Amino acid sequence: MTDPAPPAPPPSGHAVSRWLHPLPAGLYCAAGDFYIDPRLPVSRAVITHGHADHARAGHGAVLATAETIAIMKVRYGPGSAGSFEALACGERKRIGGVEVRLEPAGHILGSAQVVMEHRGMRAVVTGDYKRAADPTCAPFAPVACDVLVTEATFGLPVFRHEPAAKEAARLAASIRDQPERTHLLGVYSLGKCQRMIALLRAQGYDAPIHLHGALVALTELYQTLGIDLGDVRPVSGGGAAGKRGLREPLAGALVMCPPSALADRWSQRFADPVTVFASGWMRVRGRIRQRGVELPLVVSDHADWPELIATIEESEAEEVWVTHGREDALVRQLTLMGRTGRALALVGFEDEAE
Amino acid sequence: MKAFAALLDDLVTTQSRNRKVALLARYMRTSSDPDRGWALAALTDGLPLSVPLRRILPELLGPSVDGELYRLSRDYVGDTAETVALLWPETPASAIAGDRAPAGSPRLSEVVDAFLAAPTTAYAALIGGFLDRLDTSGRFALLKLIGGAPRVGVSARLAKTAVAEAFGHDVGEVEELWHALDAPYGDFFAWLEGKAPRPNPGLRPVFRPMMLAHPIEADDWTGLSPGDLVAEWKWDGIRVQVAARGGQMRLFSRTGDDISAAFPEIASAFLGRECVADGELLVVRDGVVAPFNDLQQRLNRKVVSARMLRDYPAHVRLYDLLSVGQEDLRVLPFTARRERLEAWHRTGAPSLTDVSPIVPFADFPDLEAIWASTRDTGIEGLMLKHKDSPYLPGRPKGHWWKWKRAPLTLDCVLMYAQRGSGKRSSFYSDYTFGVWRTVDGQGGTGELVPVGKAYSGFTDQELKRLDHFVRSNTTERFGPVRAVAPGLVLEIAFDAVQRSTRHKSGIAMRFPRIARIRWDKPAAEADTLEQVIKLLQPPEPA
Repeated sequence: MTDPAPPAPPPSGHAVSRWLHPLPAGLYCAAGDFYIDPRLPVSRAVITHGHADHARAGHGAVLATAETIAIMKVRYGPGSAGSFEALACGERKRIGGVEVRLEPAGHILGSAQVVMEHRGMRAVVTGDYKRAADPTCAPFAPVACDVLVTEATFGLPVFRHEPAAKEAARLAASIRDQPERTHLLGVYSLGKCQRMIALLRAQGYDAPIHLHGALVALTELYQTLGIDLGDVRPVSGGGAAGKRGLREPLAGALVMCPPSALADRWSQRFADPVTVFASGWMRVRGRIRQRGVELPLVVSDHADWPELIATIEESEAEEVWVTHGREDALVRQLTLMGRTGRALALVGFEDEAE
Repeated sequence: MKAFAALLDDLVTTQSRNRKVALLARYMRTSSDPDRGWALAALTDGLPLSVPLRRILPELLGPSVDGELYRLSRDYVGDTAETVALLWPETPASAIAGDRAPAGSPRLSEVVDAFLAAPTTAYAALIGGFLDRLDTSGRFALLKLIGGAPRVGVSARLAKTAVAEAFGHDVGEVEELWHALDAPYGDFFAWLEGKAPRPNPGLRPVFRPMMLAHPIEADDWTGLSPGDLVAEWKWDGIRVQVAARGGQMRLFSRTGDDISAAFPEIASAFLGRECVADGELLVVRDGVVAPFNDLQQRLNRKVVSARMLRDYPAHVRLYDLLSVGQEDLRVLPFTARRERLEAWHRTGAPSLTDVSPIVPFADFPDLEAIWASTRDTGIEGLMLKHKDSPYLPGRPKGHWWKWKRAPLTLDCVLMYAQRGSGKRSSFYSDYTFGVWRTVDGQGGTGELVPVGKAYSGFTDQELKRLDHFVRSNTTERFGPVRAVAPGLVLEIAFDAVQRSTRHKSGIAMRFPRIARIRWDKPAAEADTLEQVIKLLQPPEPA
C-alpha cells in the first residue's frame, strides 16, 4: 500500500485546489493527507457511501458513517480495511490541518457528503446524492461552501425523474392487473433494491417480495439497521426442496434481482415475466429498448438535472468541480449561471446500475 | 393524439414482432377516421408534408434551452424529436387554467389539417402551439407524426401487415393496392371493414409483392439436382420492380417504396409500356457495372441534377417478367417466364435495360468453381432458381437461393468511434478502422489510415466491452466522435475493396462488418495498406 502521490500541479486557480485536488488514486485532501472514495488502495480514506465504485477494499484507515462501515464489512469482510472509524453526521473531527464532518447525502443508507474546512475555506464533496424523499435514508442536507465537488450522473437537461411514489404505484398496478405473470424488477443490490421495497410498502403492497440471492445480504443488513421492509424472502426459499430450491414460477408475484439477471437463464423459470427496470436512464427511449424493458420506471438515487442545479445554487459555491457523469453539460450550465465550473475527469466511477 | 402517443410508447417497450403487430392492429381497429389513416401514413410513406424540423426546432427551443446543452442532449438521446419532447418547458397548470388556455391535447387529424392548410412560414408557430398543449409523450408523437421517417421500431411493411391482419386480410392484398391509395385512406378502411368494395387502382401502376431468395445452406444441396436449377449472377445493385401502365411508370424498391423520382431516366425508358418487370438497378458505364458506391450517389435524392444523370447513369438489368399487357405471368414456371422476358425484350426493348444472362454450368462442382472464382465488380455471387417455380410473394422455401461469394477479411485497427442512435444511443457503436501505411524515411509500422466503418457483427455484450474500451482509450473528442489510441484489432469481413475519395487511404470497403474482435492481437501486427490495395476491384497495375 504505497500512496502514489506525485506533487500535482494546482488544477485550478482557486485557493482550495492547493489542498484538495485529483491524483491518480482519486480525489486527495493534501491538508489532511487522506483521499475521498479512492479507486486504488491508500493509507487513509474517507468513504462517502457503500457502492462498490466509491467504497473499495484494501485501504489502511477508513473513516465513514457507521452504516457505510457496516455495509463495507458485509460486502468485503470485517478485515477489508486496516481500521474503521465511524463518524456520525454532524460530528466534527480534526485530521491534520483539516476539520472534517459528514452530512447526509440522501443517496442510500449511510451515504454522506464530506465537508472540509481549512484556512477559512470550506469545500464539500457530495459523493452521490439525490434530493427526492427516500424512506430508507436521511435526507440530503445542503451546506454552504466555497467549492462544491458534485457528481453529474444525470447532468443533462433531459433528465427529470418522476415522483418515486407515482412510479411505485404504476408497478403495484401492473402486478395487480397481470396476475398470470411474474414481475421481475432489476435493481442495484444496495440502495435501489431496498428503496423500491419501501416505496411499494408505502403504496400498501404487502405481499411477500422475492429476492434473488445477490440481494439478500444487504437487504437483511437494512432490516438489522432498523429499516422496515415487510415480508421479503429469497426466491429459492429452501423448504423441503433443499438448497437448489423450488423452481416456482411465482405467477402474480414480484421478484427482484440484479439488472444482469434480467436477461439471464435464471429468469426463465418465472411465469412469462414482465421485465421491470427502475432507473433514471428509463427517461430515454433508446435506453429502454437497449435493455428490452417492458415496464420502465423513472426512479433514481441520483440527483436529476433540476436537483443538480438547485444544489449548486443553494451551496453558494464560487467554484463547482464535477467528478463523474455528464460533466460537459453541467460545466456548460455553470458557465451560463455565471459560476466557475471544472470537470475533474476522475476515473473509476460508474453510471447508475450499469 | 393521445391514442397515437400511447401506441408509440407501447412500441418502445415491446420487443416481439407479433406483439407489435397486435398493438398496431388494435390501434387501427379502435381509432376513428381520419386519425388512423394519417397515423398509418406517418408510419409508412409519410404524410404529404415537408416540415423542416431540423431547422425549426432549434429556433423554437432557442429562448428556453442553451444551444450547447441542446446539442449535448441530442447527442446523448440520439433522436431529435425525443430530445425536444424532453426539453420542451412544461406549460404551467396556472397557464392552462387561465384565459389564454390552450385547448388541451389536440386530435391527430386537427394537427394534420392545420399543417396541410398552413403556409410553410406558419409551421414554427403551429409546432410551438401544439407542443404547449401536449405532455412529453404527446410532444414526441407530434414530432414523429409530422417529421417523416419516424423510426419508432415499425417498418412500413410491419405497419401494412398490421393493418391487413387487423381486418383479416393478407398483407399481399394491401401491398398490391397500396400505391393506388391516398392518405388518409378512407375508402381503404371502408373496404377493410367490409363496408365498401375494394378500391379500384384505375390506371395507376401498383406494386406486386416481390419474390425473395433464401441464403443457400449445406442441407439445401441434398434435395437438388443440377438439372432442376438455373443459375444467374447476383448483381450488386438494388432489387427493383418496374411497373408501367396507362402512361405512368413507377420504380419500386424491394419493400414497395416508390423510388421513381430519383431515377427519371428509367421512368422515361418505360413510359407508354404496359408491363411489370423485376430486375437489378445498377450504375452502368459503357456496358460495365460500376461499384455500388456509384449507385449510392443516386439513392435517396428528391432532385436529380443533369450532372448526376451524366456521371452516374442508371440501368436496369432484368431478371423476370411478372405481367405484360393485361396478362399476369406470375403463375407460369420460371423457364416459361424467362422465355417471355427474352422474347419481349427482343422485340422493342426499353432503353437502359438488358436481360441478366443465364450462367451455364455442367454440374455442382463446376458451379462451385464458378462461384469461387468470381470476383468481378458488380457481382455479389450467384442466384439459383428452380425451373418450375412460379413467381410467389415473400420468401417461399425451396424455390430461389442466393449464394453470396465468400467474404474477404483483413485485420484493422480501431481509430474512431461514434455514438449510435436509437437502440444504441449513448453507446459508442460505429467504428472507423484503419490499416498501417509506411511513412517514407521512418521505420516501424508507420501511420494508420482509415479504410472503412462498421457498426455490425458484434453482440450486445461485445458492444459494452467495445464501448468501455473506447471510453478508456480516448485521445481526442470531436462532438459525438472519439479518437482512440491504436490498441484494438478488429478482424473486418467485407465483400470487396474499391477506389474512393471519401477516405484518406483512397479506398473503401463494400459491406464491411466486424467478423471478430481480436482482443488478443497487438495493433502493430494488423494489416497494411499494400495488402489492401492488392484486393482492389478492379485490380490496378502494380
